[in-house]
Amino acid sequence: MSANGTPMLELEGINTYYGQIHILQDENIVVNEGELVCLLGGNASGKSTTLKTILGLVRPRTGTVRLAGEDVTQLPTAHRIKRGLAIVPENRRLFGPMTVLENLEMGAYLRPKADLKAEFERVYELFPLLYERRTQLAGTMSGGEQQMVAMGRALMSQPKMLLMDEPSMGLAPILVEKSFEIIKHVNESGVGMLVVEQNANVSLSIADRGYVLSTGRVVLEGKAADLLQNEELRKAYLGR
Amino acid sequence: MSGGYDDELSRPLEGALEASTSEGPTSPAVGRDEWVARHGDNRTRRGGLLGTVEARLRVVPWWAWLATFVALFCLLPVASDSGYVRRVAFDIAIYMLLALGLNVVVGWGGLLDLGYIAFFGIGAYAYAFLSSDHYGIHLPSFVSIPLVVVIGATTGFLVGLPSRRLTGDYLAIVTLFFLLLFLTVTTNGDDLFGHNVTGGANGLLNADPLSLFGHELPPTLEGGLFNPAYMYVVLAVFVVVYVALRFVNLSRTGRAWRSLREDPLAAEVMGMPVNSLKLMSFAFGAAIAALSGTFVTMLSASVFPLSFSFPLLIIIYTMVILGGSGSQPGVVLGAVLIGTLLELLRDPGDSRVLFYAAIVLGVLGAFRFSVKLAVVVAGTFVFGFVAHSIAGASDNAWVNGSGGEGGGVADFAANWVIVPVHVAAWVAPVSYVSLVALALVLTLLHGWARIALLIPVLYLAAFVWENVMIAQPEPTRYIILGVILIALMIFRPTGLLGEKRVEII
Repeated sequence: MSANGTPMLELEGINTYYGQIHILQDENIVVNEGELVCLLGGNASGKSTTLKTILGLVRPRTGTVRLAGEDVTQLPTAHRIKRGLAIVPENRRLFGPMTVLENLEMGAYLRPKADLKAEFERVYELFPLLYERRTQLAGTMSGGEQQMVAMGRALMSQPKMLLMDEPSMGLAPILVEKSFEIIKHVNESGVGMLVVEQNANVSLSIADRGYVLSTGRVVLEGKAADLLQNEELRKAYLGR
Repeated sequence: MSGGYDDELSRPLEGALEASTSEGPTSPAVGRDEWVARHGDNRTRRGGLLGTVEARLRVVPWWAWLATFVALFCLLPVASDSGYVRRVAFDIAIYMLLALGLNVVVGWGGLLDLGYIAFFGIGAYAYAFLSSDHYGIHLPSFVSIPLVVVIGATTGFLVGLPSRRLTGDYLAIVTLFFLLLFLTVTTNGDDLFGHNVTGGANGLLNADPLSLFGHELPPTLEGGLFNPAYMYVVLAVFVVVYVALRFVNLSRTGRAWRSLREDPLAAEVMGMPVNSLKLMSFAFGAAIAALSGTFVTMLSASVFPLSFSFPLLIIIYTMVILGGSGSQPGVVLGAVLIGTLLELLRDPGDSRVLFYAAIVLGVLGAFRFSVKLAVVVAGTFVFGFVAHSIAGASDNAWVNGSGGEGGGVADFAANWVIVPVHVAAWVAPVSYVSLVALALVLTLLHGWARIALLIPVLYLAAFVWENVMIAQPEPTRYIILGVILIALMIFRPTGLLGEKRVEII
């Protein structure tokens, strides 16, 4: 909704291999500034590899990854995070025996210490619950609460581009709805988002645009509303 | 733990949240978290006198614990004028330093460093190079000690450099190789490309004692007694290192180490410089180990390769694991307990008392006060006396072998356990192996069958102890360390004072 034309994240002609296996095949994805884009696909369609390529955990053999127009294909992960990228990993991956506060602080590892207070206040405002639970060990929280910590932790670095890996995984249906409300809310504050999901219905209902991956290729892309109407997609992912 | 830091961050928000939550006590407050509000109700507390003591101890600040501990330690040479006790106190102080250093690498960094002892050795040798007759260099201590620390940290950094991408088993193998390399080089270093570098197995002699402001501190007092001043010096260094490490642990770097240990991938995608953090913890540990090495060289005025081999590595690891990897007070406690235990086991009389006390406590812990406890205790007593009198009646030589010391316990053992005058060569291995096998069988049985077997197993344990283990204190010490580690894995995997493990499911 708040999206304008400047691309925040661009994947251009990406080919990623694991050894000899060709995983991502000529993948092109664009997320504009402040846009909410979802990346759909079944198992083994290359969703996670796409995220790893964006983060720099694996390097594409050919192709370019651009962040705000800058080519970051050869940069290590930490440098990409510094340029405004952040991720809410699959299964949240919190630091279990550390407190909520410490988890959040680790999210802002690359921020100057002077900015920390402002970041904390911003995140606490978004998730008041995290403020109340700041001394609780993250590993002792419920699944939905952990999702909030994971999102808060990612937002601590004040990202311009936020990646989300399966935010609905392991959550009760009511919490899935709630966490997508939060995603929408964060997006409306101006953060560009790429949400990787298997839950096509919910994610398309809040997204601006969507891509559908199948065995490493983008097989379908377009406005979220159009994709929701697409017969093929409905058969494949919505089961009706 | 993070108290001060937390308050600083939360203060500006406190007012804002208070306003939204103070809607009166009866109406359900908006934004009020029930879990937090009722948090106190869910906490179970011990009642009675024990509960009061526990609550009181909980509020004692960390520095008070440290001060008390150090003060008690300082009193040791005053309380006992035995050179032996003072020397052991020095060793334990060194163990405490080593355990603190290993805790940085293993407990905080989560890196399995099996070459740790090599850095201890490097420190000891580096000091001998810089301040001894070997090269004729006699740097004063306040120059050589910082130099040795820098050398230790640099070596740690260099060893970490090629291994920084390795984790777990692979890192362990590489660092273990480094320890082997260190031992090989020092043992054969008397002819290294035609030069005598390390003195080989004969070591380096005539290292300088500690010199403070121009005064030399002799390692031995008149009469050849060990100079307790060295223990005070190591203790002072220990306090400095302990406090410094505490600050490191509570800093952003300390938290980054812990998050790296918990989930390296998550730490990396937060933008943490994973490799430099690993190298830093490696270098920290190595520097502390090297620092401890200097004092060992000073005190004995010499250094030998064999002082830095695997048994010491295993001992330090046991200390860290027993005390609780990751907890500073824990590893210090572990060092004191294991250090003391190993010394007590040297003496047959003391170790006998320890052995029977451990058995009694173990049985008491397993059965509490119950009918089964009475059956086990009475059964074992009767079993022993019957076995003893049958053996004694058939041939007196079967039971007259014991001539141990240890007061009442020894007298009891002499009248209860069969100790032949002459033990046949096959008895030791057969009885030991069958004890281990029967102990394993015990874990498979339940109920009264287990108790029926437990009685002869306890007696067999006493038999093995009196006939086999007490005569060989050196292997016995390591067997006991192994038993402690196994017991820990079963009953308290986090160690005595270790952090709670919180698994994310």
